[in-house]
Amino acid sequence: MATATREKFDNIIEIKNVTKVFDGITAVDNVNLAVRRGEFVTLLGPSGCGKTTLLRMIAGFELPTSGTILLEKQNVTTMPPHVRPINTVFQKYALFPHLNVFKNIAFGLKLKRIPTGEFDKKGNPILRKYTKDEIAEKVERVLKLVNLEAYGYRGITGLSGGQQQRVAIARAIVCEPKVLLLDEPLGALDLKMRKEMQLELAAMHKNIGITFIYVTHDQEEALTMSDKVVVMTDGAVQQYGTPKAIYDEPANAFVADFIGESNILSGVMKEDFLVEFCGAKFKCLDKGFGKDERVDLVVRPEDIEIDTKKGMLEGKVVSTVFKGTYYEMEILAGDYQFTVQNTVERLPDETVWLSIKPDGIHIMKKLKTVNEYVGEVLTENTVEFCGGEFEFVNTDGFERGDEVKVQIPFDKIELTDDEDDGVIGANVTQTLYKGSYYQVQVYTDDDNDFLVDTVDEWDIGDRVGIKINAENITVTKKEEESEKSEKIEPAENEAEEAEDGE
Amino acid sequence: MSRNVKSCLIWAFVGLMLAVMYIPILILIIYSFTGAKALGVWSGFSFELYADLFTNESILGAFKNSFILAFVSAALATILGTTAAIGIFHMKKWRKSASNFIANITMENAEIVTGVTFMMFFLALRLPYGWATLIIAHTMITTPYVILSVTPKLSQLNPNLYEAGLDLGASPMRSVFTVIVPQLIPGMLSGFVMAFTLSFDDFIVSKFVNGSVETIPVYLYNALAKRGADPTLRALSSVLFIAVLTVLIALNVVSAKRKKKAQKASA
Repeated sequence: MATATREKFDNIIEIKNVTKVFDGITAVDNVNLAVRRGEFVTLLGPSGCGKTTLLRMIAGFELPTSGTILLEKQNVTTMPPHVRPINTVFQKYALFPHLNVFKNIAFGLKLKRIPTGEFDKKGNPILRKYTKDEIAEKVERVLKLVNLEAYGYRGITGLSGGQQQRVAIARAIVCEPKVLLLDEPLGALDLKMRKEMQLELAAMHKNIGITFIYVTHDQEEALTMSDKVVVMTDGAVQQYGTPKAIYDEPANAFVADFIGESNILSGVMKEDFLVEFCGAKFKCLDKGFGKDERVDLVVRPEDIEIDTKKGMLEGKVVSTVFKGTYYEMEILAGDYQFTVQNTVERLPDETVWLSIKPDGIHIMKKLKTVNEYVGEVLTENTVEFCGGEFEFVNTDGFERGDEVKVQIPFDKIELTDDEDDGVIGANVTQTLYKGSYYQVQVYTDDDNDFLVDTVDEWDIGDRVGIKINAENITVTKKEEESEKSEKIEPAENEAEEAEDGE
Repeated sequence: MSRNVKSCLIWAFVGLMLAVMYIPILILIIYSFTGAKALGVWSGFSFELYADLFTNESILGAFKNSFILAFVSAALATILGTTAAIGIFHMKKWRKSASNFIANITMENAEIVTGVTFMMFFLALRLPYGWATLIIAHTMITTPYVILSVTPKLSQLNPNLYEAGLDLGASPMRSVFTVIVPQLIPGMLSGFVMAFTLSFDDFIVSKFVNGSVETIPVYLYNALAKRGADPTLRALSSVLFIAVLTVLIALNVVSAKRKKKAQKASA
């Protein structure tokens, strides 16, 4: 318990149940997040996952639809941006073109008021402006920090992208913010410059000790620079942890797919420390799953060993590509095509044996094992859910108007090219290749999602129809339980990690 | 060969057009340097007409009126047009297009209709015709041009600029004035000049609402109507033409220089 209070005190930013809805679209969905003082935290996710919206709410440019944001335990949810002790480095720098480098950096300092140390009659601290000399000194110091010492009197438009970026960073940190927000600050730079700036930013973070919250869609950038990474998709936090934890122990298939190269498979937990996939049983380090529970599992390409004589899985090399320090091979074993990285080359059509050590297999709970909705029985053999009227086999004698629970397995849903061929229409929002099939997530117009296992490849954004055969719809009585609103809890492995370090 | 013919034709056409447009003005300017009463009679070179022009009290008065009116209404139009442009730019969807449409009406409307409308409007308000009505009317007809010249500057702005101001501690008002407005100054300047020249040579609307205040175009019209073609008008027209030409050339030179500078900076 003692650790809990200390931890709370250490949190500089706390985001509690924050949701943001734009014109009926949920950009940020009930996010909870705590950032510790002095940390470098990266919000990572594909474009449109809500990471920038979350950052803009911390800066004060957007108001949350619901939820609270605490800064040093003070509620700042509705505090306007110009009084928040938080500064931002914008994606396209947003430097003031009519001011030179010095004046850009001095802009915030000129507006800042600092206590004189004296108090007025009511006991409020008396504030004063910085003097010219103080401003000049601070600007010089920060210019030195970003390696632009001689540039103070240059115009902004003549600077290169990298130099403008440095000015933007200098302009923000000179105000000594409690938290520095960075919105994809390196996005506009070329690769070489990016790499350089990554290192510089990380070094700068160490030197000045300000808390950084960094937004990027580049997983490599996130892993190299941050103390903690928040992986987001669809406006929700999927996982929050150290880069190592996120890479080694992804919380779910989405995170595994997004971070690094990976083989994502479906398997069945036979017992603790034993999982079955591709028709073979493998030892693993995970326990606590139900017997025969269906799980997702991830195997990194570098964790698969290849042997010509013996192993756990027999496979055939499909293709091989030289990648500089290793070969990347596609190997078909069972009905799954593994991506394998190895320093020894195997030629296509060669038969090989694959083996995976227990620590190379990471088991993840399936996000959802079946599509489940609440519906209403309309007639003797039709039920309405997700805005559509589906036929079903009424064996339990449900009557018109009954509220029921409807379940459809992933692989019993048919997606049709033409929306009109299905009962309801939907948009493809995510597809995940699972070796022998695709797991496709579609959203209906009333914002319900279906997971569909299919051998067809669909593109994100495709408009599809949903068709379900009557015998594949399981209708049961609706139970009064809260199980339905099961949410993905962000994995809490970061707490242990941090304590280990202390 | 055919290309030669084509370019000959083009030059002939352009030449004809320029001749029709500029020869009358040129003749006017040439004959402004002679004292003869009728146009076309050369009675020897003299600055007589110019001397008359600059000693004619009523012309100088009208000139002063026009200048003050143009300056005040252009200044008001610049303020109004810039704030309107910022407001419209940040509107969304149908509101934006509706506001733009409404803002452009006075520009597209027949000026005679605008003039009559203002006349009746001020009559209904029982506002006596004179300085106030002239300034209001001129501000209203020139504001759309300011909006038109400021809007492109707004769309070139970095969308985060205003937020950067807020982020660094400037209040919303302060952020607009210290961050956004400085970026709009070139657009505001060209809007001001456009408004100034439009107001300066506006006749139709002025004629309806001027009351006893005589601007240059109104004076010219009244003078012609009363006394026929007064030779001093030749000098006056020449002066106006040269003045407007100078302003236009200066404006173009400045914007060309600015462009060059921007190109150099981005290279």
